[in-house]
Amino acid sequence: MTVQTVDDKSINENWEPKIIAFLCNWCSYAGADLAGVSRIQYPPNIRIVRVPCSGRINPNFIIKSLTDGWDGVLVSGCHPGDCHYISGNLVARRRFAILNELLEFFGIEPGRVNFMWASAAEGERFANLIKKVTKIIKELGPNTKFKKKWC
Amino acid sequence: MVLKMGVEAENQNIEKSMIETANNLLKNKEVDVIIGYSKGTVPLSSAPIIIRREEDTDKLIWNNLCYVNLAKYLVPLMPQLCDSEGNSLKIGVVSKGCVGRALIHLAVEKQIKLDDIKIIGIPCNGNINRKRIEKEIGESEILELSIVDNNINVKGKDFEQSFPFDEYLNELCKVCKVKSPPNNESLAEVCVGECLEITSVEDDFSDLDEYESKSTEEKWDYIIDTLRTCTRCYACREACPMCYCHLCFVDQNKPIWFGKTTEISEIITFHLTRAMHLAGRCVACGACSSVCPMGIDLNLITRKLEKIVKGRFNFTSGIDIETLAPMTTFKMDDSEEFMLEED
Repeated sequence: MTVQTVDDKSINENWEPKIIAFLCNWCSYAGADLAGVSRIQYPPNIRIVRVPCSGRINPNFIIKSLTDGWDGVLVSGCHPGDCHYISGNLVARRRFAILNELLEFFGIEPGRVNFMWASAAEGERFANLIKKVTKIIKELGPNTKFKKKWC
Repeated sequence: MVLKMGVEAENQNIEKSMIETANNLLKNKEVDVIIGYSKGTVPLSSAPIIIRREEDTDKLIWNNLCYVNLAKYLVPLMPQLCDSEGNSLKIGVVSKGCVGRALIHLAVEKQIKLDDIKIIGIPCNGNINRKRIEKEIGESEILELSIVDNNINVKGKDFEQSFPFDEYLNELCKVCKVKSPPNNESLAEVCVGECLEITSVEDDFSDLDEYESKSTEEKWDYIIDTLRTCTRCYACREACPMCYCHLCFVDQNKPIWFGKTTEISEIITFHLTRAMHLAGRCVACGACSSVCPMGIDLNLITRKLEKIVKGRFNFTSGIDIETLAPMTTFKMDDSEEFMLEED
C-alpha cells in the first residue's frame, strides 16, 4: 500500500486550511462581493469558484475537491425561493441532503463539507459563516483521509 | 398466504405456476416474448432466457439462484423488439419483487412503456448468497448445489458441505418487504400471476443500527476494509437495472472526473458517486453484490440509500407508478437541518 509520509503541515501549529467555496453567481458571490466592498474582515482561507447556480454543482465537484486534497468544501446558494432560476437551489438542496448523509455514512468527518445560503444583501452573514466554516475545518485538521495518495 | 413448507417444495410450486401462466400468456397471444430464468451452465448460477414459443416454456426455472434483475434487459432492448411490420412486441417478464419494482421505477423514469409489458409475478423466497458460500468453500470447485430440508448442500470433487438456508440468504433478501411485484389500481392491467397489493412499505432499518452506531473513524475503516479489494470492473454497474446511462460518469474522458486506478480514494469515489446516482432509484435487488467477482457486499450502502430516501422524502422506489422520483422534484419545505446557520 501507500507509504505514509509525515505531513509537515499536520504537525505545524500554524497550519491554515484551504477551503474551496462554490458560490452561486446571483446571491452568494454577490454577497461575498458585498462583504469585500463593505470591508468586512473574514479569514483568507477560502478560494472561490463562481458557478451559475447552486443547482449547477454536481456532487462530483465536491467529491473531487476532497480527493484533490482540499481541506474543506463550502457550497453556498440563494435562500430557498430566491433562486434566479426559480428552483435550482431547491433541487440542489435535496441532492446536498443525500450527499451529506452519504459522506457521513462513508466515514468522512461531518463538517468537511458544508452547505449554506447567503443572499446578495448579506455581506455580514457571509463573513460570519466563513469564519464559522474556517473554525470548523481548523478543528478537523488537514484532509489526509480522502486525499488521493498516488498523485 | 404463506404456507410453511420446505424451500424445495416452494420452488417447485413457484416454478409450476410460473410455467402455467407463461403458457397461457403465449397461448392467448397476450405476449409475444417472455424473459425469464433458465438453468445456468455452471453450478450456483442461472441464465436469462428469451422464450417465443409455447413449447419452450418448460425451459423456465425458478430456484434460489435467480439473482439477475431481468428488468436490466428491457431498457436497451425495448426499441429493438418489434415484429417484421415494426409493431412493438408485447413482453412478459418473470418478476420477483425487485424485478417488478425495477420495471415500475423504469416506467416512472419513462425508460419503458408498461403498455407493452406483462409482469408475471412470482412469490420470491430469496436468493442464496452465493459469494458467501464460495468464500467459505475456498479454492475448491463447487460442482453441485441442492436444497434439502432447508439446508443448502454443496458438493465438490472431494467435499460436501451443508449451510442453513435462512442464514445464507442475501442480506437484502433477509430484510426484503416486497417479495412479489407490487400491484395497485393503476397496474392491474400489467400484473399477472402472484402480486402484492401494497401502496407503501413499512421498514424499520434496524439492520443498519449496528453500523451507524460506529464512530466516523470506525466507519471509514470499515468502508476501506470492504471496498479495498474492488478492481473497478464495473460489474455492479452492468448488472444494475437502474444504470442505463449511455455514458457512465466513470467512462467520461472529457473531462476526466475520476482517475482509473484502484487507489482507495478513487474506489471510494466510484462507490460514493454510484450511490449518489442511485438515491431514490435503487430497488434493493442485490444484483450488484451477486455479480461482484471480488465478493464485495454492497448491501449496507443499498440499505442506507433506502433509509435516507424513506426518512427524508417518505418514498420507496418502484411501488407506485404515479409518484415522481424524489430526485426529480422538490418541495419548498424540504428539511434543511444540515445547512450552516449563524451562531
